Amino acid sequence: MEPFTRHTGLVAPLDRSNVDTDAIIPKQFLKSVQRTGFGPYLFDEWRYLDRGEPGMDCTNRPRNPDFVLNQERYQGASVLLARENFGCGSSREHAPWALKDYGFRAIVAPSFADIFYSNCFKNGLLPVVLDGAVVDRLFQAAYATEGYQLTIDLFEQQVHTPDGECFGFEVDPFRKRMLLEGLDEIGVTLEEQSEAIQAYEQRRKQEAPWLFPEP
Amino acid sequence: MTGKTLYEKLWDSHVVTEYDDGSALLYIDRQLLHEVTSPQAFEGLRLAGRQPWRVAANLAVTDHNVPTTDRSQPVEDPVSRVQIETLDRNCAEFRVTEFGIRDPRQGIVHVVGPEQGTTLPGMTLVCGDSHTSTHGALGALAFGVGTSEVEHVLATQTLVQKKARTMLIRIDGQLGHGVTAKDIILAIIGRIGTAGGTGYALEYGGEAIRGLSMEGRMTICNMSIEAGARTGMVAVDDTTIDYIRGRPNAPAGAQWEQAVASWRNLVSDPDAEFDRVGEMHADEIEPQVTWGTSPEMVASVNRHVPDPAEESDAVRARAMTRALEYMGLEPGTALTDIPMDKIFIGSCTNARIEDLREAAAVVRGRRVAENIRQALVVPGSGVVKQQAEAEGLDRVFLEAGFEWREPGCSMCLGMNPDRLEPGERCASTSNRNFEGRQGQGGRTHLASPAMVAAAAIHGHFVDIRE
Ligand code: SF4
Repeated sequence: MEPFTRHTGLVAPLDRSNVDTDAIIPKQFLKSVQRTGFGPYLFDEWRYLDRGEPGMDCTNRPRNPDFVLNQERYQGASVLLARENFGCGSSREHAPWALKDYGFRAIVAPSFADIFYSNCFKNGLLPVVLDGAVVDRLFQAAYATEGYQLTIDLFEQQVHTPDGECFGFEVDPFRKRMLLEGLDEIGVTLEEQSEAIQAYEQRRKQEAPWLFPEP
Repeated sequence: MTGKTLYEKLWDSHVVTEYDDGSALLYIDRQLLHEVTSPQAFEGLRLAGRQPWRVAANLAVTDHNVPTTDRSQPVEDPVSRVQIETLDRNCAEFRVTEFGIRDPRQGIVHVVGPEQGTTLPGMTLVCGDSHTSTHGALGALAFGVGTSEVEHVLATQTLVQKKARTMLIRIDGQLGHGVTAKDIILAIIGRIGTAGGTGYALEYGGEAIRGLSMEGRMTICNMSIEAGARTGMVAVDDTTIDYIRGRPNAPAGAQWEQAVASWRNLVSDPDAEFDRVGEMHADEIEPQVTWGTSPEMVASVNRHVPDPAEESDAVRARAMTRALEYMGLEPGTALTDIPMDKIFIGSCTNARIEDLREAAAVVRGRRVAENIRQALVVPGSGVVKQQAEAEGLDRVFLEAGFEWREPGCSMCLGMNPDRLEPGERCASTSNRNFEGRQGQGGRTHLASPAMVAAAAIHGHFVDIRE
């Protein structure tokens, strides 16, 4: 996994609450058996005016000029600014895959849906929760200033604005370590916990044998 | 010492290692797999040269992509076919038990698990699907996970999790005539909002919940995720134990007695403390219909489409305006005056045998209205389908003008050919009314099976209490 330490990038403001995973990556694209290639179809139904199908070449598809990611000033954005309950709906990891594949490294919002939030960490994408009033101000700043950037420092757990303001955010120590070092979580679990898992299974088999049917 | 909640009991009995930051490595007893969220997980195993930790802990089934028409034909959509065949291949390679497309037990993963006795009380159960909360109805800790977590469970039989806060939702009193489990959960979501349960493990209790069948409890737990909660659960009682007895994968003989004795303890202690308690009285709950593009945009059937101008919160008012525009609705329209184009009875929320009986009771001897272009009944599993046919329910639906299909997710999300066309309006027993959920530009109104069946007959929603 690509580690995340400190990132500075152009901000794209997506001013909608309850953005669901069906909107982030519509279901027809979930038929892929790969982890990559979802970027061109990110927010497909909002971004394009025609109906997207998997495998389609998106270069000449008609675009919705009103959608934020189609506006000239937000090209190359890598920080998504969003509203409440971002990523609600299904558990599809295709949503963070699509955001990452498009080029986003961080999402700043007042709140995230639980499963989406945890999926982001597995993919080198950092979800940052800031107070609603702060997010409101960041929206205004992003609209007011062309080329508005934010710096997100995971080690310090801080978001820095271009005017020198700084906001702290929370992140679990375990997730932070995985993301900072770009670790393979499965490898870490197997290396550090295999014996504990086996010991648990031995004990549990005595207590609740019906949970361990033979294959 | 204060007592424990059901959630805390389930959590504590699965902790392998506790970390200092309050998270823990949890043992996962069961994983259910389906074709959409598993291919990249199997691929990850293969690339790292890993094997499943305990292969018998997994059960796979194809559901999201499968066509609901004639199964003797090959799957027409080549992309869907690849995904279905990929699951078959992965299961064969790693020796995971799979109910493939022609297996009579195939169906929606959340219908299949409880039905087969694969889901049991006291378990931790995960699946790469957010409606895994359904299985909590059996007194299990069940939650949806992403594909990386699917791979982690395959490889280690564990997951690093952070303990959730606990919320008890108590529904006292008795439900009125024509009011169902679906109406309870829609009313709860209308009350607490789609983010109201975020960060919480929900437990549903009170007289009205105790009075529900297991299938009704599953409907409620199923939509916990629409209330923002990753998991929802109901304490074990006689209803739970009677439901499990005799199912193919349920324990038998001496193990059955031992299991039941242990399951009896799967209730929140009387002195357990929840972080939050929400209460509603069953009397307050009327048949519900959604009018917008989020499940919290819901009202009693005898109400009108609300007016964004009357909403004081600006972000919310904007969301309402956008929703009404997408839904093609005017404020003030009676919910019973909106003509429907399509009807969908199905999904992991409402495609079990009791749901089909409830819908058939409304439909029996009547005809689908002229303005309805298509009315689908998609049983939740092969087992449900067989049972329904044994009871003659298929005839009831067919004679009324419904189509009677093969099991799968179908028009709940339209990954297979069953979907809405732009602008089409559907009365649906599923769980999500998001933009484009049932097909790009499609408009979804969620309601109970009885309400949706009545909408098919009248061509629009009616108050089924009348
Ligand atoms: S029926 Fe719908 S909600 Fe349930 S698992 Fe299938 S797609 Fe998901």
